[in-house]
Amino acid sequence: MQTQTAQATAMPVTRKQQPVIVVRDLCKAFGDNIVLDRVNLTLYTEENLVVLGRSGSGKSVLIKCIIGLMEPDSGSIEVLGKNVQNLNKLELDQLRARVGFLFQSNALYDSMTVRENLEFPLRRHWLVDQHTDVNALVEEALDNVGLLSAIDLMPSELSGGMRKRIALARTLILKPEIILYDEPTTGLDPITGREILLLMNDVRRKYHSASLIITHDRMCIKITADRIVLLHNGQCYAEGTYEALKNSEDPIVKNFFQ
Amino acid sequence: MMRLPPYLQQFLFESGRLFRFSMRFFQELFRGRFETAAFFSQCYQIGNKSLPLAGITGFIMGLVLTMQLRPNMVRYGAESELPAMVGIAIVREIGPVITALIFAGKIGSSIGAELGSMSVTEQIDAMEVSGTNPFKYLVVTRTLAATLMLPVLVLLTDGISLYGSFLGVNVHASTSMRFFFKDVMDNLAFYDVVPAVLKTYFFGFAVGIVGCYKGYHATKGTESVGMAANSAVVVSSLLIFIIDLLVVQVSDVLNIIG
Repeated sequence: MQTQTAQATAMPVTRKQQPVIVVRDLCKAFGDNIVLDRVNLTLYTEENLVVLGRSGSGKSVLIKCIIGLMEPDSGSIEVLGKNVQNLNKLELDQLRARVGFLFQSNALYDSMTVRENLEFPLRRHWLVDQHTDVNALVEEALDNVGLLSAIDLMPSELSGGMRKRIALARTLILKPEIILYDEPTTGLDPITGREILLLMNDVRRKYHSASLIITHDRMCIKITADRIVLLHNGQCYAEGTYEALKNSEDPIVKNFFQ
Repeated sequence: MMRLPPYLQQFLFESGRLFRFSMRFFQELFRGRFETAAFFSQCYQIGNKSLPLAGITGFIMGLVLTMQLRPNMVRYGAESELPAMVGIAIVREIGPVITALIFAGKIGSSIGAELGSMSVTEQIDAMEVSGTNPFKYLVVTRTLAATLMLPVLVLLTDGISLYGSFLGVNVHASTSMRFFFKDVMDNLAFYDVVPAVLKTYFFGFAVGIVGCYKGYHATKGTESVGMAANSAVVVSSLLIFIIDLLVVQVSDVLNIIG
């Protein structure tokens, strides 16, 4: 097993911080290509954990396994105390209502307006009954990302940054306890990217949610990370705070922070 | 042991996957809550989208068929049999097959491209994580709408086509519409109409399920969206001819027994 060469002091786990995601010895391969090789990581309440790695290092596969979109070959994943692999469809849907997922491509439904995009998860979850004011929830979520004015626009009428904000609003509408971000700044200019990252921090403050952020963007790491896990060759190669990893002498870790 | 050629292996593999996909359609159709609103929306879209093209084609088909047949019928002194002959040809074969081929081109490609685009932009995954069964929401509604809308479309096209034929007859002779349609109906038997209507349900199912299958499994970027649309048309057109051949054989056997 690869040694954790740049093991740095992670943020200390306080009494208030409880694990919300625990991944143990996770393995996933596509044919002969081993993407994840005995990956272990833990996300705590209200923590921003960044998973860093080169393109193709298995970061996206990791969060797709966590949310149940992919089945791992071996290992276990516990989310909010429930083992994802042992859940039936209904239990998995109930768990997913508590976990938001921001897709790299935003994944807004092209054929629906912004309002319909936000209403879609609401109308499908048992958390919402006929007395719930869906319109008020949609407007609140849009207001939180500063795009209330875009409520009746189609996704094709939005800029890249606006699409990302709307996708975040759709993720927030069910007030998730955990948010998984897949490359949140990909395809955005640095200014818009920074706005999105600051918005992510605001979201954490407001919703007290834990976040698992997949990225290879240094600005994203610097602004959002409480703790960083570096994936290399399918394994957790290094772990620590931004400062600890930035000052590491390990050549592989250094490559990411130069 | 003899190994099958790669193209044959690929064909069998794809056929098996398409069969499993079709079986899943029937399982999901009767399981859980039916997506009524999405189904009616698809019925409107699918029927409405194809009607103008199918109608124009049907009209021209009836007119041209009558004008092409007329000289030969005159030569054999059977001009009075023209409405009956055109009527049987349109109702039994030309109407269903030509309309189904137009339907495959228009609707099969549209479903393939739409679902393909949704798949590559992670919209199907987004539905999954928001507690929706994307197969039920996208595939079941579209396939069922295609299965139920094509027979309606064929009946309308047959009517328009017979009207075209009536005009074709009137180019050289004068006959009333009432007399023309009475002549057509008097020469149509139960065994002409029933297999012709029944096979359109199979045509509609083939177009819907193949379009959905090709789109749902498009995962390799924008190029695969075009490929999904293209192969949806090619495969469903081929299936239309195969189904037609089988239905003709079966109805002939039943006709003899009857």
